[in-house]
Amino acid sequence: MTTTSIAGHTVDVNDEGFFVDPNQWTEDMVPALARAEGIDDLSEQHWQVIRFMRSQYQEKGTGPTVRVLGKTSGVTVKELYTLFPKGPAKVAAKIAGIPKPRGCI
Amino acid sequence: MKRIVVLGCGTGGTLVANRLRQRFDRHAARITVVDQDDVHVYQPGLLFVPFGLALAEDIVRPRRRQLHAGIDVAISAIDRVDVDGNVVHLSNGESLDYDVLVVATGAVLVPEETEGLLGTGWLQNVFTFYNLEGAQALGDRLAQFEGGRLVVNVVDMPIKCPVAPLEFCFLADWYFRERGIRDQVDITYATPLDGAFTKPAASHALAGLLEEKGIELVTEFNAGEYDEAARTITSYDGRVVPFDVAVVIPLHGGAPYVGRSEHLGDELNFVPTDNRTLQSQVRPNIFVIGDAANVPASKAGSVTHFEGETVVDNIERFLDGADLDASYDGHANCFIETGFHKALLIDFNYDTEPLPGHFPGPLGVPLMKESRLNHLGKLMFQWFYWHVLLPGRDVPGLGSAMPHAGKKQGART
Repeated sequence: MTTTSIAGHTVDVNDEGFFVDPNQWTEDMVPALARAEGIDDLSEQHWQVIRFMRSQYQEKGTGPTVRVLGKTSGVTVKELYTLFPKGPAKVAAKIAGIPKPRGCI
Repeated sequence: MKRIVVLGCGTGGTLVANRLRQRFDRHAARITVVDQDDVHVYQPGLLFVPFGLALAEDIVRPRRRQLHAGIDVAISAIDRVDVDGNVVHLSNGESLDYDVLVVATGAVLVPEETEGLLGTGWLQNVFTFYNLEGAQALGDRLAQFEGGRLVVNVVDMPIKCPVAPLEFCFLADWYFRERGIRDQVDITYATPLDGAFTKPAASHALAGLLEEKGIELVTEFNAGEYDEAARTITSYDGRVVPFDVAVVIPLHGGAPYVGRSEHLGDELNFVPTDNRTLQSQVRPNIFVIGDAANVPASKAGSVTHFEGETVVDNIERFLDGADLDASYDGHANCFIETGFHKALLIDFNYDTEPLPGHFPGPLGVPLMKESRLNHLGKLMFQWFYWHVLLPGRDVPGLGSAMPHAGKKQGART
């Protein structure tokens, strides 16, 4: 675990860069978190996915996998990859300040 | 008299029904098992069919014959479950009321969810060995295969038996060596995971084996589209893997009736289930065993086997009004065939990664290491499956909880 500074806030992240405590996340960190993942322009669809990840995490205790995102977020898997080319579930979880989705077991 | 209905008569449904029959007097409970057909496939045997190492008739038996006397059987597809009315509606028009329901209908293949997969090449140059029809067709194709690119592709998790695709790669390497054409065949393993396997310690050992056998590993490959005319698989992030023969493990989901039953399943038709008690989170009188559950354990026969005791204990406790026992620990135990009459064994649970050492104690078979003894273990397991596991017999010295004795704690491989 390391401590890092995002948009002026101090937060704890794990070795892979995921938030350790999702409560440390605030919406104003999103542009900086997205830039770190190579996303400079956040569209309304990016925000839709990020907010969906947050609400799913709050409801279920884990973020959805890509397949579940494609079925439930209103954005198709193909579009998700256009929005988050490096892997939608992982990258969106990182930007949304929630742990890595534990779909792969 | 209590009415217990078990949906599904595969590994989990059979062993739970048999254990329940042993537990409850015939006057105390009526047990009814439902399945859509009378064909029980020994699924671990499917891996061997494409290589001519097992015949279809060796791995199939009637479902009814695996059940103890005093268990009712209904052969019908399931239309839906009414979780508020405590009734199962069958496709043949009948309905079954229950006091306790056990969902044991496993996972189904959904190849139609991947673009192009069920195209003109399906069962011509694209196959799965995850059902009997596919395993047999693949066997015919491999027998004619004289060289080229063989790609083994897992579309996405979760899948049944996550080690089986790797075992397929190892056995293919052996098979083509035996035929003297291994140098004419490129074998590629394309997986959505970031390594060879889901568990880091085992993943490392298995990646080493792939490399040793000259099998190319392509990771984080999320197959988006099959083009069977061009014979390519394209990932969502635009990478292309060409093939001459593709062996695909399609997407999995829960049984379709789960999706038709209001409140019963999640987005993928698996049933939300407590990891430790195996009671569903849907209704307290619904329990789940095996692949049908959404618990974070492998979808594997060994998991189903080890869950059996907890499910049966908790059904009894529930009917007695007692607190449930949270004793299932996520125990899984897998023999991994590596070819050349050898296999390795891994043993793990929710909290403990696969460790080297010996199983089930210091004098047992080796863990995380190839050996002939483990291969014999895998072969003998089929006898054990029909004669011990399905009838619900307990084996002295082999409990459901993961054993720690014999394991090298904190060891790295």
